[in-house]
Amino acid sequence: MAGGGDKLKLLSTWFSPFGSRVQLALHLKGLSYEYVEEDLMNKSQLLLESNPVHKKVPVLFHRGKALCESMVIVDYIEEAFPDAGQPLLPSDPYKRAIARFWVAFMETKLVEPWMRMLDGTRTRAEMTEGVKQMLAAVATLEGALGQCSKGKPFFGGDSIGYVDVALGGLLVWVRASEVLLGVKFLDAARTPLLAAWSERFASLDAAKAALPDFGRVIKHAMMRRGAAAAVLAANN
Amino acid sequence: MSSSQQPAQAPAPVRLITAFGSPFAHRVEVALALKGVPYELVVEDLASKSELLLAHNPVHRSVPVLLHGGRAVCESLVIVEYVDEAFHHGAAPRILPTDPYDRATARFWAQFIADKCLKPLWLSMWTDGEAQARFARETKESLAVLDAQLDGKRFFGGDALGFVDLAACTLAHWLDVLEEVAGKRLVGDGEYPALRRWAKEYTSDETVRRFLPDRDELVAFFAANKERYTSMVRAAVQRQ
Repeated sequence: MAGGGDKLKLLSTWFSPFGSRVQLALHLKGLSYEYVEEDLMNKSQLLLESNPVHKKVPVLFHRGKALCESMVIVDYIEEAFPDAGQPLLPSDPYKRAIARFWVAFMETKLVEPWMRMLDGTRTRAEMTEGVKQMLAAVATLEGALGQCSKGKPFFGGDSIGYVDVALGGLLVWVRASEVLLGVKFLDAARTPLLAAWSERFASLDAAKAALPDFGRVIKHAMMRRGAAAAVLAANN
Repeated sequence: MSSSQQPAQAPAPVRLITAFGSPFAHRVEVALALKGVPYELVVEDLASKSELLLAHNPVHRSVPVLLHGGRAVCESLVIVEYVDEAFHHGAAPRILPTDPYDRATARFWAQFIADKCLKPLWLSMWTDGEAQARFARETKESLAVLDAQLDGKRFFGGDALGFVDLAACTLAHWLDVLEEVAGKRLVGDGEYPALRRWAKEYTSDETVRRFLPDRDELVAFFAANKERYTSMVRAAVQRQ
């Protein structure tokens, strides 16, 4: 097993929004870690052995164990390093439950339809439906931000919290999807709180360290879309 | 009352909005029982949702919803975690383990069960043809992984019932009901022996037993709703 002792090692890709979530948490907590870039086109032994169930990044290594699934990892970081940096979750069980509720919502109502659209094989009708679902999810999250922040800058209040990390990790990809799909998800008119939140979030040091470069993501997505379109064309 | 005695603060009332047959509500009832929390059950008719439900779960409009002192917690596994934290006291069993790595393991498997077992299972029951075959295949592959994960353990977390067992409860008591109503056999004779053994352990647990809906009533309930599930799933699959 790779990486024994107290050292942290993160296996991820430069463009993974799920990896970004973990990197955000690590940065916010002031935890240093070794970063290892994975080639998803040619998966390493390390990845296949440490995440045999999903064979996906990110994977965090700590004390000889492998942690998988981005928000499970974020929870682990929060619990294994209680004295590091700021807590991402409040201590009140009810407020914690609200945060978990919104992350669960985000995963099924925003991330799931979005991931389905990204595989490049969708029909036009499926893409339209996917965009509709994402827009509905964003509208609900706008309400959630109002409720959770109560006028403060973040879902977590004065400081970044669990929901901020979960959504913030996706930020560059959401912006990239706006360009690729020709749809404004974080719109100053329709979702003013989220639009302001995203500007605020992007300017944080942790975001600059954890989120990929927007231009690079666009290029990467176009390349993937080109490849997918080629496959579609070849099969039709 | 002497001046040195303080009156005990009455604990905030707990209500659980539920509906007959819901494995998700079952999870919460078992959790509350494990922590020894008294509660009032509010049973919904999901065909005619109450103002109480719609007011307290406007996002999903589904059960279960836990009302603790009037504050609502939604999403069954979120509620289970809440119950584990908010009502914990010295003698009560832990639903999630205390060690961070063990907690991560429990959360990982609960997520796997939700995404890779229960979701395709439900879809496989109410679809036909190629879609049905695809969902059935995905479910079976996941059941095989779960079976291997049990690896001779009594429960998913070891000797005591916990979070992952609650997450998997559908597989213990509802799976064969669904198979019967849908007329689709997913689990063949002799398949997933560890999972079968676990299902018996789970359903005979002294706490769990109190909250398992009657099997015949479950069959009648799902049979009565079969057409509704079929059209809901058809619409959902078309949207994918």
